[in-house]
Amino acid sequence: MNRLNFHRLILWSMLLLFAAWFLVPLYVMLTTSLKDAEQLRAGNLLSLPTAPTLDAWFKAWGSACTGVQCEGLKPFFWNSMVMVVPAVLLSTLIGSLNGYVLSKWKFRGSETLFAFMLFGVFMPMQVVLLPMSQVLGWLGVASSIWGLMLVHVVAGIPSTTLFFRNYYIGLPDELIKAAQLDGAGFWMIFRRIVLPLSLPILVVTLIWQFTNIWNDFLYGVVFSGADSKPITVGLNNLANTSSAVKEYNVDMAAALIAALPTLFVYVVAGKYFVRGLTAGAVKG
Amino acid sequence: MGALAIRNIHKTYNETVHILKGIDLEIEAGEFLILVGPSGCGKSTLLSMIAGLDHPTSGSIHIGDRDVTNLPSKDRDIAMVFQSYALYPNMTVAQNIAFGLEIRKVPKAERKAAVDRVSAMLQIGHLLDRKPGQLSGGQRQRVAMGRALARDPKLFLFDEPLSNLDAKLRVEMRAEIKLLHQRTQTTTVYVTHDQVEAMTLGDRIAVMKDGLVQQFGTPNEIYNHPANRFVAEFIGSPAMNMVDAQWLGAALTAQGVELATTDAQRAAVQAHGSAELVYGLRPESIGFAATGLPGKLSMIEPTGPETYATVDTAAGKLTARVPGVLQAAVGDAVHLQWSAEQSHLFDRASGVRVG
Repeated sequence: MNRLNFHRLILWSMLLLFAAWFLVPLYVMLTTSLKDAEQLRAGNLLSLPTAPTLDAWFKAWGSACTGVQCEGLKPFFWNSMVMVVPAVLLSTLIGSLNGYVLSKWKFRGSETLFAFMLFGVFMPMQVVLLPMSQVLGWLGVASSIWGLMLVHVVAGIPSTTLFFRNYYIGLPDELIKAAQLDGAGFWMIFRRIVLPLSLPILVVTLIWQFTNIWNDFLYGVVFSGADSKPITVGLNNLANTSSAVKEYNVDMAAALIAALPTLFVYVVAGKYFVRGLTAGAVKG
Repeated sequence: MGALAIRNIHKTYNETVHILKGIDLEIEAGEFLILVGPSGCGKSTLLSMIAGLDHPTSGSIHIGDRDVTNLPSKDRDIAMVFQSYALYPNMTVAQNIAFGLEIRKVPKAERKAAVDRVSAMLQIGHLLDRKPGQLSGGQRQRVAMGRALARDPKLFLFDEPLSNLDAKLRVEMRAEIKLLHQRTQTTTVYVTHDQVEAMTLGDRIAVMKDGLVQQFGTPNEIYNHPANRFVAEFIGSPAMNMVDAQWLGAALTAQGVELATTDAQRAAVQAHGSAELVYGLRPESIGFAATGLPGKLSMIEPTGPETYATVDTAAGKLTARVPGVLQAAVGDAVHLQWSAEQSHLFDRASGVRVG
């Protein structure tokens, strides 16, 4: 019994230690963002704010300078929202359609096509920068929010296709045949049978895509125009704009603002994420 | 023209694998056709083609007076029960049954009437609001049949519908399918590898092997006049006894033992030409007697109503199927007797029936 308790003690202390280790940065960010400039100068990183204030948050949101303009993260935040939501929905929808075709409507060469799409999952992002900017130029959407959206949709399709295809492989083919005999066509089967069965993988893909596109910096900095920069670029500019005094509290608040949407998505849909991943593993 | 006619169907994959090698079958309206054979014989492929889920390389399929060879499944007026039942997991039982009607834009009131009709027929009224995941195997089977019945199709297709059920339920559902067919009189095609299902359910049986129909006939014809050695051994349990025999010009012998033959058989053998034959006897044709072929009991398998007795004789091992309990022990000396009318003769090389 004692032995067991001792093991428990070790286990719990290790877990607590690691939890603390990972939470300390968040703690520092949160407390720093609530401090005023005076307490920052005192320099104690781990101290609690003596006079908590949201000034830094307001400044980060609305008036901090990101280069020459001083409107805070607000315009970048909305740029990201306007770009990320359609890009996530589109890439997920296309991925599920691709997965449906590649698993249930196989045609000559569909396996090869899928193999080629898999390259897209493992291809480093940097490889496509030059050709992609060329293509965006041809399409006339270079340096615009539309161009950036298009890049994210195209870049997301390989992984969303992979997710859905592997999930749909686990759906019995006889379901599709039964629906065909019942008179349903390609789209009807997708809408009435396949999509309603896709909830777990749908949640996984939505979270995956939202996190990836929201957190993307490289495409954002390369393909956006002056008025279509996403929040990651805004955050970078904000932190790199030099002023007389480094405003760490504003930097921290800005970083937290940039991270909030992905945190929100994980908290709301996180349990579906884990469930979806395991369900796929068991059934697939 | 019959309710279903299959004309010279061939199927090849990649121009090398020959799955079906010229299938011709025709049945009348209301008949129950069984496609039976070992796995890989092409029976499921043939059913898929009737369903429109697979397409023949050549040949044609007619339902009623329509050539449906190139029609999509939904325009063939057929319904199918799958081996895995294939119920839509996201829909309730009632929605599953009504789905085909809904897609065909049948008004809601009629859909409701159809669901009520089939659920009463199959006694699944109390399950209508459940999802398939909450049903037992037998209930799922019933719902799958209900879904097929709801549309009142011209042709009913079953793809090994009982193979996922345990032995007891299988017998129950077999009887239910038979009763259902007697009541609805819908023309039915039923694929199975189980010879008991084939014999009990079928009006007509097509025994298939290697992409060819070995014999097409009533259960009685298949059992009592098997067209070749394969059919004779495939149908019936325990399997037909097969003894290699030789025609010596006037009599048939196996290892020096003379085997009883009829006048008609002797004439057929004379006409046939080859002397190398196989002599077949159903186990129930053989009985114990005071005289006859001597042998020694090597195994006794009681089943309750009857007993299977294996006897080593000079002609080879023979299994007899006798009613009730056999009052004998392994090692006992016995005599076997049968009448020549009950025997079957096949050519040894080709397996074709001689007489």
